[in-house]
Amino acid sequence: MTMDARSFTAPDPVPTRKAIALLLRPKLLSALGRGDKGRTIGKRIPTLLLTGGAAFAFLFLVGTRLLRTLREVPEVGPLLASKLLGLTLLLFLGILLLSNLIAALSSFFLAKDLPMVHEAPVDWLGLYGARLLETLGSSSWMVLLMVLPVLAAYQVVYGGDIGFYGLAVLTLFPYLLIPAAIGSAITLILVRVFPARRTRDILAFVSVIAGALLVVGLRVLRPERLVNPEGFRNLVDFLEVLRGPSSPWLPSEWMAQTLVGYLDGAFDPFWLWMLWVTAVGFVALGAGLHWALYPRGFTRAQEGGESGQRGDRVWNVYSAMLRPLGLERREMVLKDTRVFFRDATQWSQLLVLGVLLFVYVYNIRVLPVHSSETMSRFLVSMVVFLNLALAGFILAAVAARFVFPAYSLEGRTLWLLRSSPLPPDIFVWSKYWSGAVPLLVLAVALTVMTNRILGVVPGIMTLSVVSIIALTLALVAQALAWGVAMPRFETGNAAQIPTSVGGMLFMLSALVTLVLVLISQFWALRGYVRSGLPWRETRDPTGTELAIALGATLLITALAGVIPYQVARRKVISGTI
Amino acid sequence: MIRLEGLTKHYGSFTAVDGIDLEAPKGELFGLLGPNGAGKTSTLRMIAGILRPDEGRVTIDGFDVVEDPYRAKARLGYIPDRPFVYEKLTGAELLRFAAGLYGQEGEEIEDRIRELLELWDLTRWANELVESYSHGMRQKLIISSALIHRPRALVIDEPMVGLDPKAARLLKDLLRTYADSGGCALISTHTLEFAEVLCDRLAVIDGGRIVAYGTMDELRGEAESRDSGLEEIFLKLTGGESQRELTKVLAG
Repeated sequence: MTMDARSFTAPDPVPTRKAIALLLRPKLLSALGRGDKGRTIGKRIPTLLLTGGAAFAFLFLVGTRLLRTLREVPEVGPLLASKLLGLTLLLFLGILLLSNLIAALSSFFLAKDLPMVHEAPVDWLGLYGARLLETLGSSSWMVLLMVLPVLAAYQVVYGGDIGFYGLAVLTLFPYLLIPAAIGSAITLILVRVFPARRTRDILAFVSVIAGALLVVGLRVLRPERLVNPEGFRNLVDFLEVLRGPSSPWLPSEWMAQTLVGYLDGAFDPFWLWMLWVTAVGFVALGAGLHWALYPRGFTRAQEGGESGQRGDRVWNVYSAMLRPLGLERREMVLKDTRVFFRDATQWSQLLVLGVLLFVYVYNIRVLPVHSSETMSRFLVSMVVFLNLALAGFILAAVAARFVFPAYSLEGRTLWLLRSSPLPPDIFVWSKYWSGAVPLLVLAVALTVMTNRILGVVPGIMTLSVVSIIALTLALVAQALAWGVAMPRFETGNAAQIPTSVGGMLFMLSALVTLVLVLISQFWALRGYVRSGLPWRETRDPTGTELAIALGATLLITALAGVIPYQVARRKVISGTI
Repeated sequence: MIRLEGLTKHYGSFTAVDGIDLEAPKGELFGLLGPNGAGKTSTLRMIAGILRPDEGRVTIDGFDVVEDPYRAKARLGYIPDRPFVYEKLTGAELLRFAAGLYGQEGEEIEDRIRELLELWDLTRWANELVESYSHGMRQKLIISSALIHRPRALVIDEPMVGLDPKAARLLKDLLRTYADSGGCALISTHTLEFAEVLCDRLAVIDGGRIVAYGTMDELRGEAESRDSGLEEIFLKLTGGESQRELTKVLAG
């Protein structure tokens, strides 16, 4: 038998549903098999179960504790619990929208398998469905992990039956689908109509817009009103606000109303109906947009980069400033900085960070700590701890976003470093300090600024600043170590790298470090904190109290920093020669 | 110059490289041939110090790549099969960075960068980001980065992929001149015409082992086909005659 082109017959088109399954299959298989060579999902199950179980247990315990406390508060308690679910789901909705924007850009426009898929006779609706579900999966799994224990806590505390879980699944799917459809549609429109030609530049603007939306959302919501009943004219007004939905036009509120209504024995199917109709509506709208805009949008996203690099003088000055580091360190840091500031997906995150920091400092400024003279001292000392906790959390999140992916981003270019005589120590050193220096500037600025606003005593100011420096150095080492231990070389999009299991493990270890530092400081300074209470004589912290707090902090952060740094070092050395 | 002794690499239960012994002396272009998955790239990556061997050793100019990586790697230039480089650096910046990794900077390096970019017709693109380079241009840039520190030995994985005829000819001339001046290059390639014309000696790898080794004449002797070209010899030594069944596969 010979090869004969005349014998060709056109195959029947693949039905949409089958096309969706077909397109999702390789993604699922690679997600399950992701990891080192030869490692399969089977070998990762213990790690996944352990970390997933720990996170679930932690959130579930915190959730049940909080809900039980609220249940005890007469009249207002149940209302606050309902409000809390609405606010939690609203927060997650914001996160979902942002992560869907990023994930949609990857799955619809940047994925490496797209040329192959476009070349094949795949039905457009099948492609849309598959990529939408892929976007939903990759952006929602972490939120799902956080939502499930919260819902379980509600079911346990309010004694819901097993039907609650069925209803939870029925509400969760449209709740996750809506931001996925909206995120995909916004990304599609931006890629299609934006004047910027480069896809990654578009992502930068998307991030900024999302950041701005988040800020506006937070301010419009004014959550601080709920903990400040004095701000209302009377209790009736306060209860009225609690009873009414916070944001009646948002799916998070519909989901909260459905679930809380079910637990209260007053289930109203209207909210569930709203969720599903909206989800179906947005998917239909998204599909329509996909049909109309995607082919041109995809072509546009492929169009090339800009030409000619300017700003040589700035780089020369920067290079001269780095001269004391020596040639190899200088070249590594210079290279990392250039790559960072020329990649819109990287530097644009700084803008979002700036907006969030502005909101944070603003909120500290408007805190009513000085409203009551007798309480102010106690509140200030409490807010100092809260400030350290929040600043530490922000730093951990920033390290997850910028330091954790540093090793993964070297990815396919690692051959150049590994085949060169560059000592692995210099490689680790430059990755560490490239992340640590900007984070230290951020951490110190944030702490000094907020502590000055709070008007803390000099001893506490010194303790806060030293603590945040030590904490930053430790968190950067941890981010680097987890990034080296569990790299994601196959992901080109830096924003997606921290959403891996390694990223989650880093956040967990960072939180444990932070909690240990807070506990040790609170324990050392308990006498000073109590002295701020109205019936006690106020005093400044003693030298011994400060020394113990400082010593404990330095000990914890040294261990939490040096060990991961050495782990990262060894891992890089064993990976190279 | 490049010496491999009992070099072995396992990936799980699969043995990719199985006790390879080989020596490429100064002044020689040494070709490494073999079917896909034979273990060529793993061998080259171990020589370049990217992969750690499970057994055996590699020495470059007498320095062990595992025991004394700094001195061994300082003498070597490596050109990988796929031209992945930093997309957000310009061509000139990448070469400057590569020189920095080998501890070199200053006017001499700036001259070297200009010289290499000119040689490969990349001067016009020197200040453009690598992301705007074509595959062939990236390949030329990587070859330049491997030559920036004037290495004593080169390890090259598939040198001809993506090069235009002019650049391919230039590379051949360059390698010949390099070897004649005392350099040594170990070249893995599927372009048999390139290997036949250019390489002084060849080794054929299959299943992680060397199945034939020597000059073209010695390989002809081993394959017992006196007047054959390298393609015939290669197919005979690697059991590739089955490729003649190609039409059956195509016909389904």
